[in-house]
Amino acid sequence: MPVTTDRKSKTGQLTSRPDFHSTPRIDQVGVEERASRFTKRSLKKDTKLNGLRLVLNMIDLTTLEGKDTEGKVKQLCYKAMHPHDALPGLPTVAAVCVYPTMVRVAKKALEGSGIKVASVATAFPSGQAPRDVKIRDTKYAVANGADEVDMVISRGKFHAGEYNFVFDEIAAIKEACGHARLKVILETGELGTFDKVRRASDIAMHAGADFIKTSTGKIQPAATMPVTLVMLEAIRDFYYETGKMIGMKPAGGISKSKLALHYLVMVNEVLGADWLTNEWFRFGASSLANDVLMQLAKEASGLYQAGNYFSAD
Amino acid sequence: MRLEVLKTYKIYIGGQFPRTESGRYYSPLSKTGKKLANVCLCSRKDFRDAVVAARSAFAGWSNRAAFNRSQILYRMAEMLEGRKAQFIDELILQGATRAAAEKEVHLATDRLIYYAGWCDKFQQLFSAVNPVASSHFNFSAPEPTGVVAIIAPQGDALLGLVSLIAPVIAGGNTCVVLAAADKPLCAVTFAEVLNSSDLPGGVVNILTGKPEELASWFAGHMDVNATFYCEKDTDIQKMIREKSADNLKRIHFYDTIDWYSDKGQSPYFIMDAQEIKTTWHPVENIAGAGGGY
Repeated sequence: MPVTTDRKSKTGQLTSRPDFHSTPRIDQVGVEERASRFTKRSLKKDTKLNGLRLVLNMIDLTTLEGKDTEGKVKQLCYKAMHPHDALPGLPTVAAVCVYPTMVRVAKKALEGSGIKVASVATAFPSGQAPRDVKIRDTKYAVANGADEVDMVISRGKFHAGEYNFVFDEIAAIKEACGHARLKVILETGELGTFDKVRRASDIAMHAGADFIKTSTGKIQPAATMPVTLVMLEAIRDFYYETGKMIGMKPAGGISKSKLALHYLVMVNEVLGADWLTNEWFRFGASSLANDVLMQLAKEASGLYQAGNYFSAD
Repeated sequence: MRLEVLKTYKIYIGGQFPRTESGRYYSPLSKTGKKLANVCLCSRKDFRDAVVAARSAFAGWSNRAAFNRSQILYRMAEMLEGRKAQFIDELILQGATRAAAEKEVHLATDRLIYYAGWCDKFQQLFSAVNPVASSHFNFSAPEPTGVVAIIAPQGDALLGLVSLIAPVIAGGNTCVVLAAADKPLCAVTFAEVLNSSDLPGGVVNILTGKPEELASWFAGHMDVNATFYCEKDTDIQKMIREKSADNLKRIHFYDTIDWYSDKGQSPYFIMDAQEIKTTWHPVENIAGAGGGY
């Protein structure tokens, strides 16, 4: 991407950043065609089993409801540590994702387990709040022990073409995060076109995102394979340009193991095996975990499983 | 001259008519050795998909008012009656005489009417208020068991199928049915009757294929609550007994029933796929409480 604009930031420093008006255009038909190819790979049994365990290990077990209680969060944390004790030797999930007010509860419940606590912040899910409120929201989550922060971008400003506003906001939140890793939610369901998804991805990565994430899960459509492919390609181009690895998190709408395996195939073929760990790839999901567990139990017992033998959260 | 337009016999899952995911087919033969059609040879994965469809349809169907289920069963009978000629033709193709075919279709239609009538009556008949020693109002009532996997009789291709499906869905269950392997035509056509009878998709799912291949999956699936089997094959019966133990499935072997006789229909068939729920409701024992008002 050409670096064309040198402009003065509010603090008077001269910063250089790419011209986000000239991000690559995306061939929609080509992307959809390519994404559908990933679903045609044949996975043999051992690969599938390893893939399922990897999927389980990449899940950000999520509860983001107005009705969340401390008890619900504690229960979810228990599920994160003990996905299904009837199957010994299972990996844990990667993280538990909650609202900032629940971070302290989750942190305590997960103590010593190695499972990360992720917190949404910045007036999730709409992002319609003044910047100082968003920064305080973020700092509150981090101060309470969040290892990861999931922020939402200001989609309204983005649509209005105020890319510098979006960039500066992400940079400011990144600064507020301190050591916590920052996931930037683009909310692709509200962006409309792949061109805009690509542009938002580039803005987020240049502004300091550690992860880019498709959706809040509150808007349909949430994560789809084509939109994830566009973001993965943005990550790949950013890596070639800067040598910096960025993580990817599709969220919302991935509830079946088979689909999750398709995503792993896609990551492997676009970014390579380096990204196939929960350090660089996550699934934001709540019901996916049980489907994966049911598939693993089916492989272990030879019997198709029923949902009511698996804990709801 | 005009080329005859032949029907593609597909399976029925979740209110849709897909082909088998396996891509396999088989060709049952008529009595005279003529090929009847290419029919889907279903795999365990079709069964798995059908159980998912049946499970997701269960809550909606079991929560319908009993009277509404009755109306829908009656509607099924109406649709079957309207397509009588097609069923008679298919039964003849499968080896029946015209007289036998007509009798079978009429009985099958009447059987639907019979169970339509029972939908809103069996529950009060089989419920009870139980005498108990403590101060409780204690009552028992039947509730549908859930998803029923049925391996239909291999002989009476239409009547057997209807005689098994009707009581199961009259009681509020959903089901997955494997049609008679050598006589599957009218089972697939019956799916078209179901599809035009206001019966929600997924309540009845019809597969075609080989019982010897699929029986163990019908018996082993953890999300199936009952398995019905109609043949005398003792090896398969033994296997079903063993595999059903994993999740305590209800099992019934209808291997001696003459579906043409009076014994072929009864509210007890409805009860075969019901669970009895007993409720203890505390009541104030006014006489024992020593007054107060």
